[in-house]
Amino acid sequence: ADIISTVEFNHTGELLATGDKGGRVVIFQQEIESMPQFRSEYNVYSTFQSHEPEFDYLKSLEIEEKINKIRWLPQKNAAQFLLSTNDKTIKLWKISERDRRPEGYNLKEEDGRYKDPNTITSLRVPVLIPMDLMVEASPRRVFANAHTYHINSISVNSDNETYLSADDLRINLWHLEITDRSFNIVDIKPANMEELTEVITAAEFHPHQCNTFVYSSSKGTIRLCDMRISALCDKHSKLFEEPEDPSNRSFFSEIISSISDVKFSHNGRYMMTRDYLSVKIWDLNMENRPVETYQVHEHLRSKLCSLYENDCIFDKFECCWNGNDSVVMTGSYNNFFRMFDRGQRRDVTLEASRENIKPMQVLKPRKVCVGGKRKKDEISVDSLDFNKKILHTAWHPQDNIIAVATTNNLYIFQDKVN
Amino acid sequence: MSDTTTETTMEVNAEARRILAVSISKLYASRSQRGGLRLHRSLLLSLVMRSARDIYHSSVPPAEPMDTSPEEPAELDLESGPQPDETSAELSLTARGGAHREEEGEPAEDKENQSPTRCSRKRRGKTSVAPHFLPSKRARLEPGEERHAALPPPPPVSCRIGPAESLTSLSLNRVIPAC
Repeated sequence: ADIISTVEFNHTGELLATGDKGGRVVIFQQEIESMPQFRSEYNVYSTFQSHEPEFDYLKSLEIEEKINKIRWLPQKNAAQFLLSTNDKTIKLWKISERDRRPEGYNLKEEDGRYKDPNTITSLRVPVLIPMDLMVEASPRRVFANAHTYHINSISVNSDNETYLSADDLRINLWHLEITDRSFNIVDIKPANMEELTEVITAAEFHPHQCNTFVYSSSKGTIRLCDMRISALCDKHSKLFEEPEDPSNRSFFSEIISSISDVKFSHNGRYMMTRDYLSVKIWDLNMENRPVETYQVHEHLRSKLCSLYENDCIFDKFECCWNGNDSVVMTGSYNNFFRMFDRGQRRDVTLEASRENIKPMQVLKPRKVCVGGKRKKDEISVDSLDFNKKILHTAWHPQDNIIAVATTNNLYIFQDKVN
Repeated sequence: MSDTTTETTMEVNAEARRILAVSISKLYASRSQRGGLRLHRSLLLSLVMRSARDIYHSSVPPAEPMDTSPEEPAELDLESGPQPDETSAELSLTARGGAHREEEGEPAEDKENQSPTRCSRKRRGKTSVAPHFLPSKRARLEPGEERHAALPPPPPVSCRIGPAESLTSLSLNRVIPAC
């Protein structure tokens, strides 16, 4: 139940939310030490139970409480809002601080009983006095019963009023204020389910254009849709697809081409997709192939059969951009994560682990060796621990601070200062 | 030279069978997963099984009865609907039955009309020839009891929501794309 299932910074980077398999959300708050090193620390700010396990009596099915995604709303007032979702239900949570409480009521006795109103002869206005900071999370909206299949994505629109939720076959558009209605904008369910060939794997709104969103499929394609064209966006405006390399064909070609995550760049000109072995960067103006492809763990290509047997081939890795879209990051196995610097054409493999590393120590780059001769400090493909996987990573929107989730732990790394 | 070709074909054939067996046991295991059947995962499994099945059938067929026997139980198993004790038969169906399923039409309506004796004869034959394909031993039913098995109380989903929504009751035949 402690297994982290999603990680997300808010829009300023001050707050970091994690969701876990047990339906809990834990929010960390940044505290910056100005002396001596401008170091940031993230400490627990709030913890609450977002979703509980449920039972669908009609289908005789348990609904898992695992939090699939968390998305923050841009801040509008003193409180913070986030959307969290499990397989079937999305909830809007308000997180607010309370550091004062009213005191001085003259309506109650010492023991708490209400005084007889006839005995009260003066009007006393209570005074707000400081108290220890209390952070409260309260559910403000519950968006339920709109998805037959399992929700895999939610995305807040740049208009700050609507958001989308996507399951395997449908995408719905919601208004943040309205819980009893949502509009279906994409429906790829075939009339005859026997003809099903692909499912939706992820969806996201464009960061600036409130009419544009993309969704990725299990076949490795991405469709860009414009909501101005028609109410139902079954027909895409753009289809991004790279022709398959026939030399790489295997039993598992279809599985490894399934896209597990899609993310727009912050500037809205590119989008990144993650499939099992690679990360691809697409220019929104070019549909026939990605502009950049990065191999995350090519050494696994020859191991697909064993990865199929141990189920690892079904792992859904996420990916993220840094604040200025110059570096992308994604996870791998053995608690390794990879960063690709697009401009400098460099990449690095790092490890999130408590062994051999102390806080404040600079991470050493890691390397996986494929051939026979293993150099010192390298790790061979066969020694990789496939139970230690990093599926969820997040990058601070402005600074070089990253959050990396291993199975049970959250690691926060930042740039070395001086 | 023909020996090496045959050998490679045999290897590929064996590999395909192994993948098929692994896939079936995964499908079987996914039934008991919390949260119900995952459509995406089931689809990917079925794609792998289809590739493996195609490779298996396209390689030079050794004289094994199992190549021919599944064709008929494919029709029969489909009609009996999702049942815990028929899972393994149905699952091996789904590995092979893509093309044949096309002619089936609506599975639910023929549930009651299956000849139980025909059912039991085919199942026994298939299972005894290739037990390694099936994930686990399942209860054998006597011919008399087969009739009861053929008339199960329909799972709630297919009654009320209709065939299109019955993913959650292991109608994996729907998940598998038509060839």
